Amino acid sequence: MNVTVLGLCGALLVGIGVFAFLWQRHLLRRVLAFNVIGSGIFLYLGAAGARGGAADPVPHALIITGIVVALSASALAVALVLAHLHASSATRLPEDEP
Amino acid sequence: MSLILPLLAAVPLLGAIAAVLAPRAGKGIGLGVAIVLLAALAVLVGGLNTPVVLPLGGWEPPLGIALRVDGLAAAFLGLAAVVMTGVLIAAPYRGAGREAAAFWPLALLLWGALNAIFLSRDLFNLYVGLELLTLAAVALAALSGSAGALAAAIRYMVFALMGSLLFLLGVALTYAAHGALDLAALPGRNPQPTDALAAGLMTAGLLVKTALFPFHAWLAPAHSGAPAPASAMLSALVPKASFYILLRLWFEALPDLGRPGFLWLMGALGTAAILYGGVMALRQARLKLVIAYSTVAQIGYLFLVFPLAGGGGAAQPWAAGAWTGVVFHALAHGLAKAAMFLCAGLWLAAAGNDRIEALRGAARATPMAVFAFALAAISLMGLPPSGGFTAKYLMVTSAFAAGAPYWALGPLLGGLLAAAYLYRPIAAAFAPVEPELRPVPRGQQAVPLALALGAIVLGLASAPPFDLLQIGRPEAAARGVE
Repeated sequence: MNVTVLGLCGALLVGIGVFAFLWQRHLLRRVLAFNVIGSGIFLYLGAAGARGGAADPVPHALIITGIVVALSASALAVALVLAHLHASSATRLPEDEP
Repeated sequence: MSLILPLLAAVPLLGAIAAVLAPRAGKGIGLGVAIVLLAALAVLVGGLNTPVVLPLGGWEPPLGIALRVDGLAAAFLGLAAVVMTGVLIAAPYRGAGREAAAFWPLALLLWGALNAIFLSRDLFNLYVGLELLTLAAVALAALSGSAGALAAAIRYMVFALMGSLLFLLGVALTYAAHGALDLAALPGRNPQPTDALAAGLMTAGLLVKTALFPFHAWLAPAHSGAPAPASAMLSALVPKASFYILLRLWFEALPDLGRPGFLWLMGALGTAAILYGGVMALRQARLKLVIAYSTVAQIGYLFLVFPLAGGGGAAQPWAAGAWTGVVFHALAHGLAKAAMFLCAGLWLAAAGNDRIEALRGAARATPMAVFAFALAAISLMGLPPSGGFTAKYLMVTSAFAAGAPYWALGPLLGGLLAAAYLYRPIAAAFAPVEPELRPVPRGQQAVPLALALGAIVLGLASAPPFDLLQIGRPEAAARGVE
């Protein structure tokens, strides 16, 4: 029961994240949306590892690695967004400017 | 010999760390890494008769993670080594300035990530490799720090992150369904209803990263906005890595999931990419954009592997030829495109801009670079005797042998379009006027010439690489994906 709830929460987070990633134009919000999707996938992976009683250590290792990867990607993305802000005083991509 | 495998990924990564610590020694470190890897690959490829496998730490899959080199992996490792060596020799970055300090670690990180992908046999490992590759590639695209390059890099990152997440979601679904991530363990799995969804998500993610039409929007600005040595790596190597994973996924891990509709869709998108990329390349006024849109077109050829080698097994005596031809195309395109971008970089530095008119008379000022560009163009058009010709010959023959001549349309029209869009810079270079280019040392022109000659040699001496690719060739390459 708990595992199912976890899996569904993961799916919900992925859905919210994908919607925000495609809908939002502000670059920082898109970076946040990326992190929400990532968290949803990790939650789902954790739920998948908890099925069948005994805990499976592999998803733990995958999630920890995945968090490190997502952190580095977010750091680079935020650095690029900041550099873009300083270079062109814009928080969106040129094609998304109103 | 299997102990060479982890070195291939570890040496460039250690080199990247060393280049961060000693930014002034970047070029020396890069060239040192190149020498070590070329020597290691020469030993590895020289003795490769059957695939070499190394279970890391002695733990066999599914518990542990295995590295493996077969003919396909060796060919891509070799392509990366040759292109990276050329780029590292040609890169003009010296001293401890911002760009120089960033270029060498990023280039070596990119190389390490590429090799890690080519060696990996585990879906999650491949994800980590892809993500490392993306981070290095995005940072290289942003290297110049101009507003345009930053916007292009961010656009690239938005697409690439979406691609990574789709791939990761597919990996998570695969693990949830089968408890296995090893590519060799998946063909014998117990089929689950989520398999098609997982494969679809992974494929969609990889298509975005490979910039297959219609996911190509990020490619041209990112590749043309980066400094030329970075463009050479981004265009010649980075899309090949995600395509390589697609090949592994469909021809080795999940060949039973292939459906005629899927194969047809891949072929149709590939053909559309060839035509769209060619037409867009014709319409550009800047040389780097011509070359970048040419990459969009050339990526399209790669996807003809799905209908040609993937479909209707028994009816296709040439299926394995199509598979080999597509890999040949990836290799020839890598060498030719790296040569072109390095030439473009030389002319950009010599003329101050990269408009095609600025090239007028370049044949007198920079004869070796123009020769290199023309040789690379021969391979991209698919004229004999080049690697591009061998590739197209194999693809077109197998299209006719399969009774599906419409798949030959892309390669044939694509060759004509390539001739048209590459004619413009070459015609400008041979214009009988006094060139307005600053002189370029011959040593700098030699690197693109060597790479372009590599693309030609791939056609002249196609037997050794052809035989190499047959080592450990997946069964599905001959039998079809269904």
